[in-house]
Amino acid sequence: MSATHDPSAALLVPADTPVHRMPPQCKVAATALFVLAVAATPTGAYWPYLWYLLLLSAVAAMARLPPLTLLRRLVVEVPFLLFVLALPVLGAAPQLTLLGMELSVPGLHAAAAIALKATFGLLATGILAATTPLPEIITGLERLRVPRVFTAVASFMVRYTEVVLAELARTRTAALCRGGDPRWLWQLRDVATGLGALVVRSFERGERVYLAMASRGYTGALPVALTGNPASRTAWSVALAVPVLAVAGTILG
Amino acid sequence: MHIPDGFVAAPVAIAGAAVAVAGLAICVRRAGRDGTERQLPLAGLVAALFLILGAPIIPVTVGTSGHLLGGTLAVALLGPWLGPVAITVVTVTQALFLGDGGVSALGVNVVNLALVPAAVGYPVLLGLRRALPRAPTGTAVAAGIAAAVSVLAAAALFTAEYVVSSAAGVPLRTVAASIFGVYALVAVLEGLITTVVLRALLALRADLVRVAR
Repeated sequence: MSATHDPSAALLVPADTPVHRMPPQCKVAATALFVLAVAATPTGAYWPYLWYLLLLSAVAAMARLPPLTLLRRLVVEVPFLLFVLALPVLGAAPQLTLLGMELSVPGLHAAAAIALKATFGLLATGILAATTPLPEIITGLERLRVPRVFTAVASFMVRYTEVVLAELARTRTAALCRGGDPRWLWQLRDVATGLGALVVRSFERGERVYLAMASRGYTGALPVALTGNPASRTAWSVALAVPVLAVAGTILG
Repeated sequence: MHIPDGFVAAPVAIAGAAVAVAGLAICVRRAGRDGTERQLPLAGLVAALFLILGAPIIPVTVGTSGHLLGGTLAVALLGPWLGPVAITVVTVTQALFLGDGGVSALGVNVVNLALVPAAVGYPVLLGLRRALPRAPTGTAVAAGIAAAVSVLAAAALFTAEYVVSSAAGVPLRTVAASIFGVYALVAVLEGLITTVVLRALLALRADLVRVAR
């Protein structure tokens, strides 16, 4: 599949490393299990996070990912951190006084746990997104026995994302050419009708794409060449070593 | 509305995952019975639209990102069985790729975003359609109201999930007040967008809207 059909291309850091070459089903399973292991860390325990950081750094170094690319992803959690900041102020007793503020001790622990878990979830999925194109993730999920309705919808989604983005660009150009540049609230009607037109135009282009696929023999299943190969036992054990090590660290820590 | 990792307690996350898997299993079976092979591309298109339009458009201060949730629009277009499947695909992609919502909270997020519109929004939509005129505007307004109701239902569920997790003993009233204050606004916007988009679709291509058939 070409890069133009892949909405996740912006997140991908292309390279030829063992992490990039790893079969996608192993990477998806390892990432999900790692995030679950992190989420299961008891509140009030902080040493395990150092261990998780070490594990993730090792994988990121092996994939030769620039640390800044991964850290930039953390911007998504800013709104949640604002909520988390309220917990120490609103939480239950016992209280402690810090810089003249009454802060709840359970509130502080809860805030720290939420912030750390969300951060590590983002870093782990960030490594997955940086080393695996979205179409490969879908074949990985198919290999993990996800029902075919989901993977079929997902692969159509990947193809149509490009269709919709192209339509969006065309509609925007057409509006600009006619002096349309809605930016105030009373111009909301322009935005709403533009959105409706975008939906209809995308549907109609999508229909033509589907008919083209059907006339070329598409019956609902993708060709075997696109559905991926089974992973070797070595690949599985290497990939699953990461979450297993994470759990071991939690229990020992 | 996308809950990140660590936000709900482990038992709540596990319960959410169990409900999500059970609900989606029903959806997959019923969708298969409907003979949806031809509808799959439409579902993919809806998913692509939500993935693009899902970029945060409403800044929310209390810590949940507010944007077009679209669940009710999806069930209006695709029906109550395939609609949740499309929304689930978007939610999983957002969690794995865009970092929107945590992987360990996926079950809870799927329940709130995909199953609530099918279980709450769709019946409300069908009921209102009977009460309102059969004209396209009536259907679009019914979908808008159903969308607002299902956003509020999701907000109530989210409050319950948070309170059961009881991260720091923050009193129920404080949490509920802050969540509902924000989601009342989100519900109104969601209702408006759903109405406008559905009205445009009904005018141009009524055959694409499943609920109108």
